[in-house]
Amino acid sequence: MTHSKRRGFGITFYILLLLLPIYWLLNMSFKTNQEILSSLTLWPQNFTFHNYAVIFTDPSWYDGYINSMIYVSINVVITLLVSLPAAYAFSRYKFVGDKHLFFWLLSNRMAPPAVFLLPFFQLYSSIGLFDTHIAVALAHCLFNVPLAVWILEGFISGVPREYDEMAYIDGYSFPRFFIKIFIPMIRSGIGVSAFFAFMFSWVELLLARTLTSVDAQPIGAIMTRTVGASGIDWGVLAAAGVLTIIPGLLVVWFVRNHVATGFALGRV
Amino acid sequence: MRKVPNNRAWWLVLPVFILVAFSALIPLMTVVNYSVQDIFGPNAAYFVGTDWFREVLRNESLQASLGRQVVFSTAVLLIEIPLGIGIALLMPTGGKRASLCLILLAIPLLIPWNVVGTIWQIFGRGDIGLFGRFLNEIGINYNYTADPVDAWFTVLLMDVWHWTPLVALLCYSGLRAIPQAFYQAAEIDRASRWAVFRYIQLPRLKSVLVIAVLLRFMDSFMIYTEPFVLTGGGPGSSTTFLSQTLTTMAVGQFDIGRAAAFSLVYFLIVLLVSWLFFTAITYPDRDK
Repeated sequence: MTHSKRRGFGITFYILLLLLPIYWLLNMSFKTNQEILSSLTLWPQNFTFHNYAVIFTDPSWYDGYINSMIYVSINVVITLLVSLPAAYAFSRYKFVGDKHLFFWLLSNRMAPPAVFLLPFFQLYSSIGLFDTHIAVALAHCLFNVPLAVWILEGFISGVPREYDEMAYIDGYSFPRFFIKIFIPMIRSGIGVSAFFAFMFSWVELLLARTLTSVDAQPIGAIMTRTVGASGIDWGVLAAAGVLTIIPGLLVVWFVRNHVATGFALGRV
Repeated sequence: MRKVPNNRAWWLVLPVFILVAFSALIPLMTVVNYSVQDIFGPNAAYFVGTDWFREVLRNESLQASLGRQVVFSTAVLLIEIPLGIGIALLMPTGGKRASLCLILLAIPLLIPWNVVGTIWQIFGRGDIGLFGRFLNEIGINYNYTADPVDAWFTVLLMDVWHWTPLVALLCYSGLRAIPQAFYQAAEIDRASRWAVFRYIQLPRLKSVLVIAVLLRFMDSFMIYTEPFVLTGGGPGSSTTFLSQTLTTMAVGQFDIGRAAAFSLVYFLIVLLVSWLFFTAITYPDRDK
């Protein structure tokens, strides 16, 4: 009993340390700049929603969140649409060059985004996609598609082949079998892949910032505006930061029961 | 799983192939193209062969940046992997408390990387940050914007804060996959806790640890946004890592030929080291 109590204490302590920097951001987002700069207070003395009001009333602020949401959603949809059939093929069939193709896909996950900065900029400019949501969504496919194929392949390999064969005998065509029977069977895998695609697209800034200028600018790029001539607007910066954490929290809530397997990429 | 030979499966992977070819192959070819040319203008490019590569490999500031990168990634792996395993061992084994733990642990992973930088930029400041102020109050002279050692400490701490949960979550899912019978057998044998860890838990964690080591190596080797926001690479160039050096070279100075050659060397290093890790960890399984 004492042993498990000590474990409980250890993990609670770690999680408190983990949350402390986030609490500090939250704390600051409810303070006035004057309070932030004048004294160190552990909770807001003059509680204010002013910093959030600045963001929610100014389109040039909240458009950043909308832009980020749009390209992340497009990315998740594209990623799932192309990865599902590919993962099925890798899991079920042997075909010419399958191993090479799989490793080539994975090697793209190892490519530093900084390497692709300039070519991406030129490629998307030349085909007229610069500063559009679809450009960022496509660019993020570089690391999301390989990861999704890898995760889904793990989940799909956990489904016995006999299901496929039984559906064949029952007269299902391949597309009908895939949509009606197979996809519902691996829905937790799909949820987890969508979660990861969301996560890596949501947190990335280097490519998103380079491929946009005004119309599709992500919130991360807009946040740099808080640095003005009169110094940094700490309160608004903190509020903007807090608001970027919320979508992630909502998404992780939906996949909470699968998140552990998901982080092992469906391979435990 | 037994696989059926079927070349028509190519139709299923074709969309992925086209998409990734578009977003990886074309840009990569562009980079290769740049790396062997000296470009003065739209119609003035000269083939220079391997000149850029030779220059990049001899460039001292790049070597220094590579050195810092290697030290950083090594430190990250040495701290985060054992710490992550330890935390996974501490976590509750099931029920509502386990779900709560998982969600709370996942929070740092879901924060945009520039905000991670911002959080630590604020948290570590000596005037308005809890952490920096606390260190200064207890008599430690701490200032991450002026002192290279403090800057390194803060960048490392930030990365440990940010990514150890990933290792912990991976290990946690690995531990949950161990059948209870293994532990019962260990109890009958009166195995010590260390023996249980060494001979039951650790071997079973191998597959997730491969993923953890690879992901942590790759991502720490490509780190850009967090230290850029936190320290801007400074003081001096003490926390300037490879991605930042490359970005400055390509976008800031528009030094395309050199940046392209550097890009390829960079990519190759990541590929090579990832392959080495993968082979080294999975090598003992080869004969089985």
